[in-house]
Amino acid sequence: MTKIQHSAGRFLTRLLTHSMLLCLLLACGLGIGSAASAAPGEPQAQAEEEPRALLEALDTRSFEDKGDAAQAIAESAAEQKTRWLQALLDGRLGKERRGERFYIITDDSGREWPIIDAITFEDAGTGTRRTVEAFKINNDLRTRIEGLLASLSLNAGDEASRLSAAQRLVGEVTAGNADRVRGMRDDEESDAVRDQLDVALALYDVQQGDIEALGTLRGNLDTRVRNTLSSIAAGDSELAAEAQSVLGGIESKRAWYDRAQTLFFGLSAGSILVLAAIGLAITFGVMGVINMAHGELIMIGAYTTWMIQQALPGQPGLALALAIPGGFLVAGAFGVLIERTVIRFLKGRPLETLLATFGLSLILQQLVRSVFSPLNRRVTSPDWLQGAWQINEALSLTLNRLAVLLFCLAVFAGLWALMRYTRLGLEVRAVTQNRAMARAMGVRATRVDMLTFGLGAGVAGLAGVALSQLTNVGPNLGQSYIVDSFLVVVFGGVGNLWGTLVAGMSLGVINQVLQPWVGAVLAKIIVLVGVILFIQKRPQGIFAPKGRTS
Amino acid sequence: MTTQTFLHERDRSRQAFLSRSTLLTSLVLIVGMLVVLVLNALPESSAWHVSNATVSLLGKYFTYMLLALAVDLIWGYLGILSLGHGAFFALGGYAMGLYLNAQTSPLPGWQSIMTYFPVAALAVLLAPGLLALVFGWLAFRSRVTGVYFSIITQALTFALMLAFNRNEMGMGGSTGLTRFYELLGFSLASEGMTVALFVASGMAVLLAFWLCQAITVSRLGRVSVATRDAEARVRFIGYRVDHVKLALFVVSAMIAGVAGALYVPQVGIINPSTFAPLFSIEVVVWVALGGRATLYGALLGALVVNYLKTVLTGVMPDAWLFILGGLFVLVTMLLPQGIAGVISTWRGKRRDGEKQDRQEVSA
Repeated sequence: MTKIQHSAGRFLTRLLTHSMLLCLLLACGLGIGSAASAAPGEPQAQAEEEPRALLEALDTRSFEDKGDAAQAIAESAAEQKTRWLQALLDGRLGKERRGERFYIITDDSGREWPIIDAITFEDAGTGTRRTVEAFKINNDLRTRIEGLLASLSLNAGDEASRLSAAQRLVGEVTAGNADRVRGMRDDEESDAVRDQLDVALALYDVQQGDIEALGTLRGNLDTRVRNTLSSIAAGDSELAAEAQSVLGGIESKRAWYDRAQTLFFGLSAGSILVLAAIGLAITFGVMGVINMAHGELIMIGAYTTWMIQQALPGQPGLALALAIPGGFLVAGAFGVLIERTVIRFLKGRPLETLLATFGLSLILQQLVRSVFSPLNRRVTSPDWLQGAWQINEALSLTLNRLAVLLFCLAVFAGLWALMRYTRLGLEVRAVTQNRAMARAMGVRATRVDMLTFGLGAGVAGLAGVALSQLTNVGPNLGQSYIVDSFLVVVFGGVGNLWGTLVAGMSLGVINQVLQPWVGAVLAKIIVLVGVILFIQKRPQGIFAPKGRTS
Repeated sequence: MTTQTFLHERDRSRQAFLSRSTLLTSLVLIVGMLVVLVLNALPESSAWHVSNATVSLLGKYFTYMLLALAVDLIWGYLGILSLGHGAFFALGGYAMGLYLNAQTSPLPGWQSIMTYFPVAALAVLLAPGLLALVFGWLAFRSRVTGVYFSIITQALTFALMLAFNRNEMGMGGSTGLTRFYELLGFSLASEGMTVALFVASGMAVLLAFWLCQAITVSRLGRVSVATRDAEARVRFIGYRVDHVKLALFVVSAMIAGVAGALYVPQVGIINPSTFAPLFSIEVVVWVALGGRATLYGALLGALVVNYLKTVLTGVMPDAWLFILGGLFVLVTMLLPQGIAGVISTWRGKRRDGEKQDRQEVSA
């Protein structure tokens, strides 16, 4: 019924437009007749007159009529129609207040707008609010124009723009354009675009009461599909029951993607923990030294990133690339300095070492506060680390977190290779297992101590570089990670690289899984208590060394 | 296994409860308190007058000394370094804070029992004591020692800080408990109350000092020192090392709780920052500077560091963390036995000198 009404309306509009056009042509013809000099311009004028009429139809108060006029534009053969509709959608298509010309405002931000002629696209100087009146649109009209634009770009352009047009059509298919979309779907060559059009059409059919069409929507993650289906499922019919079951399938699929998202966030949070803890695990494993200043070494790495970025304004990508070796070297140098000046004098007294390094951490913090400022600094991420990787409607991975995760794995792989294949790694492992025996075999344990400490500190610096991409850089940056890092070390087992990796990742994931249920703070408390209880069962961590190793 | 032989020498000389250092420390404490009281009673015009603010400040120092004693008891005599003693201190403080709040407005739910002073006083001892009992039982049973123990105590106080920051705890969230007006029916703002709290804190220090002294010279104390120096051997001889540790840990936590309870009415606020790991670790440096494994050293260290803190944070606030950090490094590297160590070496030298003189005379 509505369909008939609608097409009748359209017929009327068309009739009106055509008759108007006829009048104009007549008037024009009269003009030509009276002025012979205008004869060469005749075909041009004619070509100009038809678009002109299309635009004039827009000059009405009724949004309904404007919509019909827009539709007429979309269906016309005018070359400029896409641009007109886009300008109309943006509220930048307008008419001269005292005159007959139509303009497109290219920039409406200032008081004086640069404008171009809407028909010829020639530069028309500037206009203001007083001289040009933009056509107003409302929300209904906006939706309608969007649908028109989408179906327009379905006709033209490459596959990518057709696909995005098809995506925009979901939920926008109406009685008015359904047949046309159906035709386009049959002509479409690309499978992806066709599938998308199928979804758009199926959604329309379902709204019209077609149960069969629900099959196409099964497992679709689009929010618009979900919203429409849930409004249909609220009813009490066979269709509603069927829609409910489809909706259930969609919801469970979304739930899986949500879980994947949580896992991803957990792993990225965990990778920060691993980066922060792994240096600690090495130094504790080799020297039996708890370095309470480890958090401040992380902070130094982050500040190094910030300083390099200050030195290279406008090039955050290069700055970050330089910060990776830079952070490692600066923090590593601090580490060697700490080892040479303090820690080596406290051999065999772990509790005293703990206190002394804690003192160092206070000094370093205050140093940063005095030299820089107590305020937080922002490190800008390069463009390629901003934004998200949208896998589908329900799953998107933020690029900076993804990068941190990959960076963590790379650092881990590097450290593992170092420990496994290099001379230093061999000596480090020897000293970890039995210091006295290693020394008896000719390993210079003090040199190993110094290098290990520098290495652990350097890795802390790398953690700082990674952290600077996620949060602001401030004097308290390290402190907030130190307790967590210790838990990771204790949980994973001292001096055990794999243990640290597994422990850090699992603590990150557990924390992230608990958070939506109990809130961030309680989740943290539960993790803390859990680790304390865990140590009861396995005091040596997840991967306890087998047999006697010391 | 690190055997701390340097401590054996002094331990042998301090077998009796009434040793010279005990008498001297008690005497200094009592005389000091009396002097402050007398000077406070002088008219304000007098140059020797000690203001109420100073008395209150000294009262606060007393509670810190109490806390230092608690830490020294387990670190000095048992070898377990707790980086979470601030938690017990804060729990005692919160118990007292709830009681003080209940004096002005009734508390909701279970907290209403804190309206009665005996219940509150019991809570001051039981809240830290029970936490220490459960936590210590879990830790010592599975032989968590050394740095591991230090780290999980730090995690404990950190977790409590997070918990007390939550409004759902009913402990005032991040602002904590404040607005205290009355204690046992007397106004907290009155002069008499300031003096009374000062005396109470001083007496608490004295009593706790005697208690700790009694413990350290007892059988329990000797087993605990043995545990500190050679845990495995003590266990093989047949002592239940975990019981010894648990007993001392709980007593220590209770002393810390009392310290917190006395601290709160004098300072007027208790908030989650008391649970911060930094505070707990600061306490350790008081003990380290004063001299671990000497009770009077802990008292001295708490007094010296806090006096320095009061003076320096006023004069140059930025420098305080440098100085505190420097103290950590210097004390551990240059003064492993703290001020008390310096005093005893000096006295030892003098005694050796006397001995030499006597020998020369007899010869």
